[in-house]
Amino acid sequence: MISVTLKDQADFGAWKVAARKLLLNKIAPENVNWAAPGGMQSLFEMSAQSIDTLRDITLTNALTVSSSFVSIAERVICHRDPERFARLYRILWRLQTDRQLLKQTTDNDIIWMTDCDKAIRRDRHKMHAFVRFRKVGEGRYKREQFAAWFEPTHFITRLATPFFMRRFPNMDWIIVTPDCTAIWNGQDLTFAPGGTKADVPADDSMEKHWKVYFQSIFNPARLKVGAMMSEMPKKYWHNMPEAADIPKMIETAQARERKMRAAAPAMPHPLAAILKSRTASLENAADIDSLSQARNAIQTCQMCPLHCNASQAVFGEGPAHANLMIVGEQPGDEEDIAGRPFIGPAGKILDEALTAENIDRSSVYVTNAIKHFKFKLRGKRRIHERPNASEIDHCRWWLKTEINFVKPKVIVALGTSAAKAITGKTIKISDCRGDIIDLSKGRKLIVTYHPAFILRSPSPEQQDMAFKALNLDLARAQRLSTSEELSQT
Amino acid sequence: MATTLIDKLAILSDAAKYDASCASSGTTNRNSLGTSGLGSTEGMGICHAYAPDGRCISLLKVLLTNFCIFDCRFCINRSSSNVKRARFTPQELIELTLDFYKRNYIEGLFLSSGIIRSPDYTMEQMVEVARSLREDHGFRGYIHLKTIAEADPLLIEQAGLYADRLSVNIELPTETGLANFAPEKSGRTIRKTMADVKYRIDARKDADKSKTAKPSNNAPRFAPAGQSTQMIVGADKSTDADIIKTSETLYSGYKMRRVYYSAFSPIPDASADLPLIAPPLMREHRLYQADWLFRFYGFETSEIMSSATDGMLDLEIDPKLAWALKHREWFPVDINTARKEVLMRVPGLGAIGVKRILSARRQTRLRLDDLAKLTQSLKKVLPFVETVDWTPGHLTDEENLRARFTPPPVQLELL
Repeated sequence: MISVTLKDQADFGAWKVAARKLLLNKIAPENVNWAAPGGMQSLFEMSAQSIDTLRDITLTNALTVSSSFVSIAERVICHRDPERFARLYRILWRLQTDRQLLKQTTDNDIIWMTDCDKAIRRDRHKMHAFVRFRKVGEGRYKREQFAAWFEPTHFITRLATPFFMRRFPNMDWIIVTPDCTAIWNGQDLTFAPGGTKADVPADDSMEKHWKVYFQSIFNPARLKVGAMMSEMPKKYWHNMPEAADIPKMIETAQARERKMRAAAPAMPHPLAAILKSRTASLENAADIDSLSQARNAIQTCQMCPLHCNASQAVFGEGPAHANLMIVGEQPGDEEDIAGRPFIGPAGKILDEALTAENIDRSSVYVTNAIKHFKFKLRGKRRIHERPNASEIDHCRWWLKTEINFVKPKVIVALGTSAAKAITGKTIKISDCRGDIIDLSKGRKLIVTYHPAFILRSPSPEQQDMAFKALNLDLARAQRLSTSEELSQT
Repeated sequence: MATTLIDKLAILSDAAKYDASCASSGTTNRNSLGTSGLGSTEGMGICHAYAPDGRCISLLKVLLTNFCIFDCRFCINRSSSNVKRARFTPQELIELTLDFYKRNYIEGLFLSSGIIRSPDYTMEQMVEVARSLREDHGFRGYIHLKTIAEADPLLIEQAGLYADRLSVNIELPTETGLANFAPEKSGRTIRKTMADVKYRIDARKDADKSKTAKPSNNAPRFAPAGQSTQMIVGADKSTDADIIKTSETLYSGYKMRRVYYSAFSPIPDASADLPLIAPPLMREHRLYQADWLFRFYGFETSEIMSSATDGMLDLEIDPKLAWALKHREWFPVDINTARKEVLMRVPGLGAIGVKRILSARRQTRLRLDDLAKLTQSLKKVLPFVETVDWTPGHLTDEENLRARFTPPPVQLELL
């Protein structure tokens, strides 16, 4: 039997050195007796041989173990379970022949280690949460000094306190626990033996504010004591100033709720009526007599149900008097978020086509037949849905308004919905693509493919063909919109 | 009107408690080592205390003021309420935040406000508090700002530079509900604000991606912890189906990190046209469970609602179990061979349990004993699974299986 006595309750480094030596000397776990300071010496141990008598072996090829074991063991060593040194060594021993051991979630050693790890993480998390500093005063260079008393469940002071150093590097602080004291002076984090509650001040000037906050933020109408207790067990309460009020808060909660429910509604405060009349006068809808008024007014349009789910109406964009107007179907996901037409994938195709034909997008008025995004949800995405005839019909009013103000010479309709919105008729693209169609007031219409149609085309050949057609039609529309002949009519 | 700091704190935190959100997680990792500042955020949020309502206290959750020109029926701060009013100066609030933070009471600040003078004026004041904490005091803790939907988009742009999270509450799931109960608010402006926030978060991410070099750590981030929202449950006649549908739309449209559901709870000096009921806490709980199912467990919302009655979820059993009881044809599931997505649908198995099962069954064929070690609710799982040495037989299809999971009826006393 080999005995190992560690100097510290939670010193992973010392355990590692010992475990390594044992492993190299091929000492099986059942032949090792581990002890921490303060532990009882067993009869066993007295007859055992000290680890110091073992040979120091240096290997040519390094002893390896998975890094996930090391990081878990670093935490588990802080557990109060007196068996922890031995069990960790047993797992390390087994890992030498079974590299997959950590994945065996039904193995008793692994279950033990996982449970301990969980307990340590929780304890550390609770320490980060429940430590309460009290101000001691000010030190050199007016550095504020704070102190806290805390009783963690396990030996986690070394593990948990670097957090406070990262968070409060510019205050001096000490955290006193029964087993260990952590001290930060702005330079180094050091550890000293444990202390007592009397080592920290008994009060702090902000505590009454904190207690008032704790009481005010509590809603007596939703008493859930069990939920509170499971996250903030009673063992922590005596070091948390706010917790002293909990019993009274629980006791009076139901009466407070009953009182609220029983109280007859009071007369509304007279201020409300004054405010109401003021806002009402602001809401008188204005008549629309410019494009920019239309742009504002459409945001409150409720002519069809599409406004219920869209983020905003996406109005047209471009010069107030453009010769050429391009009309698409409806905004998509990205257009709905940004509030601008043709900026998503289809917009990129349109931009490519315009660039290829030397047409400056900023000289064109670009808009859609439908101004609100229509979609259905699929998984976590909003998928475009075709507008129906009634939606197209309702939104025509806005498109007409745009056409009346912009007065384009030529309109390009991208896809059937746009063509229907402009002509009022159902049109098959294959029948009239690229044709020059007469509209009223000498205006011309060219119908062509929607860029989204190009994106959806199944083969590269078809895509290529459709893209060429779009380019051709845009070029024709551009020529037509700048031709003398048309401007005379 | 309150004048001392402690009175203001009492009024303005009381006024803020109906907002359920208090999360401090999911933002960038940062700390104050090597700076002259204060504070850190390290991924996981921290709840510094719990109130007897079971809610976590992570942030100093207060209003800048509870004066408000809006008259939302469900709100304690509505203009027609006779509640006591108070207002912090930005300086008072900044000092209070720092004092609480240094004592390790909080992770940071969650600032909201009643609307005074105008939405822009109010938003400006809130942004100033956040700016000063960040720039004048080097504060690296968590900041959550409520964005006022009617405020100028430029102010929201600034808010996102200082805040970790932005949120605007949708309040009620339907447009009609809003029109009836919050006449000055509209779903339109709320969704527009959410779209603006998402647009800026995406723009920031795209800018980071397009940089060929490693993005600089100092580049200003826009609301790195994203946006969230809250819906009030039980104040109007909306069904669970309405709520879940709105929720799903918000998650997919605006990449919400969280939609909070808040059971409508009686408030002092309540408006006459609201139900003075105990808050529907179980309903709220079921909505959160349903929310989890469609976000993390691969359920379609239509599947979850398939077990509902008149658009309302079952209050007695959880929505996953309710679905399973309606769709027995899926079960029993073989623990040793079923795909992950199928295991996720087994009542009583959570994400961690499934992960453990998948890991364990690569090593060995699982038996009932093994399963008992891997899950905390074996009794619930049993009717729906098979192992090497267990099959539920008729149990899966049993008529009264539901009764095994519902609380026993309360026995009546004879008079």
